[in-house]
Amino acid sequence: MEALKLNFQDKTNKALGINEEDALITKTYMLVAFTALLIGGTLGLLQGLNRAGLLELPVWFNYYQVLTAHGLLLVLVLTAFFTIGYFYAAMSHSLGGLLPKVRKMAWIGFGMKIVGFVMAVIPILLNQATVMFTFYPPMAASPWFYIGLVFIVLGVWMCAFGAFIQVANWRKNNKGQHLPIISYFATGVFVLLFFGSVPVAIEVLYIIPWSIGWIETINVMLARTLFWAFGHTLVNIWYLTALSAWYVVVPKIIGGRRFSDTLTRLVIILLVIMNIPGGFHHQIVDPGIAESVKYMHVFMSLAIGFPSLMTAYAMFSVFEKTARKKGGTGIFAWFKKLPWGDVRFLAPMIAMIAFIPGGAGGIVQSTNQLNQVVHNTLWVVGHFHLTVGTTVVLTFFGISYWLIPYVSKRVLTPKINKLGVITTLIWTAGMSFMAIAMHWVGLLGSPRRTSYTTYADNATALSWDPYLMFLAVGGTLLMIGVLLQVYAVVHLMFFAPKGETEFPIADVEDNASKTPMWTESWGRVVVLLLLLVAMGYVIPLVEFIGNAPPGSPPFQTW
Amino acid sequence: MMHKDEKIWLTLSFGLIMGFMLITGYQTLVLGMGPPSGMDTIDPQAVETTAPFDEPGVYQIGENEYEVVMTLQVFSFDPGDFEIPAGSTVHFTMTSKDVIHGVQIAGTNMNAMVTPGHVQRITQTFSEPGEYLMLCNEYCGTGHQFMATTITVK
Repeated sequence: MEALKLNFQDKTNKALGINEEDALITKTYMLVAFTALLIGGTLGLLQGLNRAGLLELPVWFNYYQVLTAHGLLLVLVLTAFFTIGYFYAAMSHSLGGLLPKVRKMAWIGFGMKIVGFVMAVIPILLNQATVMFTFYPPMAASPWFYIGLVFIVLGVWMCAFGAFIQVANWRKNNKGQHLPIISYFATGVFVLLFFGSVPVAIEVLYIIPWSIGWIETINVMLARTLFWAFGHTLVNIWYLTALSAWYVVVPKIIGGRRFSDTLTRLVIILLVIMNIPGGFHHQIVDPGIAESVKYMHVFMSLAIGFPSLMTAYAMFSVFEKTARKKGGTGIFAWFKKLPWGDVRFLAPMIAMIAFIPGGAGGIVQSTNQLNQVVHNTLWVVGHFHLTVGTTVVLTFFGISYWLIPYVSKRVLTPKINKLGVITTLIWTAGMSFMAIAMHWVGLLGSPRRTSYTTYADNATALSWDPYLMFLAVGGTLLMIGVLLQVYAVVHLMFFAPKGETEFPIADVEDNASKTPMWTESWGRVVVLLLLLVAMGYVIPLVEFIGNAPPGSPPFQTW
Repeated sequence: MMHKDEKIWLTLSFGLIMGFMLITGYQTLVLGMGPPSGMDTIDPQAVETTAPFDEPGVYQIGENEYEVVMTLQVFSFDPGDFEIPAGSTVHFTMTSKDVIHGVQIAGTNMNAMVTPGHVQRITQTFSEPGEYLMLCNEYCGTGHQFMATTITVK
């Protein structure tokens, strides 16, 4: 009876669209996400202009404050709020509506994140936390900055637990069935969000008493290592979120079927398991870690490349199959049959194409000796503006053109679609200028996280200036892109014509083979994840704690 | 179930990753090109009284071979602006007196993190004469963009 009732709920949910209460959660999360894009993007433009030598920032809002806020807003606020808002809508859609308890948790989590964010951002504005979003000790910010971060993490955990309750409830009522694929992605993302943020939670709880002065010194390398165990996981959470749209949504939009269900789930499992130790590649030129340990970590980082290469095949296979069904021919001519004029396809498609050089650059940087050439240069900044700034963000943009109408019960008009196509092209051009110039000038040695400088008219530094000019050009184009995108989001949420928009989820092929049940065993996935974390981190952490130098007192160097 | 071209693609993917692994391993373990990984520790609050950092400087230790004992602090390198003959191999021994710094010499592959509490070591051979820009590549505070010096190779 209970199951029957749930089944009925599920059907009404799919027929009538999302219920008002679930929709409000996603709408609110999206508004915060795109506000963060607007402010963070504006700060990005200021940096681009400064780096090109065109703009001197005032003392009361200096380059490093701007950079700290830019990083926090875009890599933490935009991505976290978008990811949670998107997957809560996905769970509401595919799991028969959110449970009242889960809805409440989403709101509590929202409140905690906002409170935490305000606590973190005020010291940044007051120039008391100009420590970048990586906040490496022994630089010490105001304790409020770290306390704010704790609240943000707790808010994220609240949403992760809400998702686990929702999924567990569905599984209890649907024994022997596979979790719907989009919720399977959600589960992977929330598992990673939880386990990935455990190390940074430990780090921040260690920093707080030190920044207040209750403990005198801190273990610098321990804190740094805990940070990167989280930092790189975060990167792959965004990536996994983008993948969910590539595997599940894009095939539906182009009128095709999705790739093998088993392989999709395997990719998710691999990314969840192998992710956390990958963070070590941020420490390849650090002292205190033996060469042999660093070599082991090359494997841990490169391994993530494998599921990505599997994905590349899967995506192009889906594209080709769909295009040929529509009459596409030739080796490449079938490309023309894809719906290039539909922003819901174009944006994620360019995102995928950007991931070809982005992923290749990632493989290059993971290898020890090549990493040494580019570490902490603008190359790295170019790399993540290609991967996060283009691949992830353009996928998010693409999602917004159907997700926002879906939750606001409106429709995407041809006009806004056209605007979306223009936004996508401007964004692509802006990021290309910026990312290519950054990669190039990084190879020449120009450092990241450094305000405009000629190092006392040093000839080498002066020779970088022409490249840096492209940062201003790219930044300006991107600012236009931000404004257009935010306009589209507001329009689709409040002003577009009323109507029903579907949550696009592609079906598997008719003759698809059955997905094996072992893919449903999340307990085993978590055990494997913890095993790999242990393999990656036990040796270095034991070394840093057991062989620790005397600690460092706090410094405020800005 | 799997297409033949998919198998080929995945085999190539696996081979590519293994190739990167093997080359990195060969360079690290056979050619001795491993990344800078100084394992010694030091009290970061007593750098000035701990050898060898009590006397930072450029020391000739062999024919065409030098050791540079260097401290990094906001926002300078000590010693700075020094000269060495072309063709010299220089062994840098470095530590930080305060926050985390990064050291990089533009136009070379020398690039390493220098963290307080650890002694970082890295070797660089300067074959070509010229003026090399050495800079800090980890944000270290308000004057980070001024933290640089030059090495003149004659």
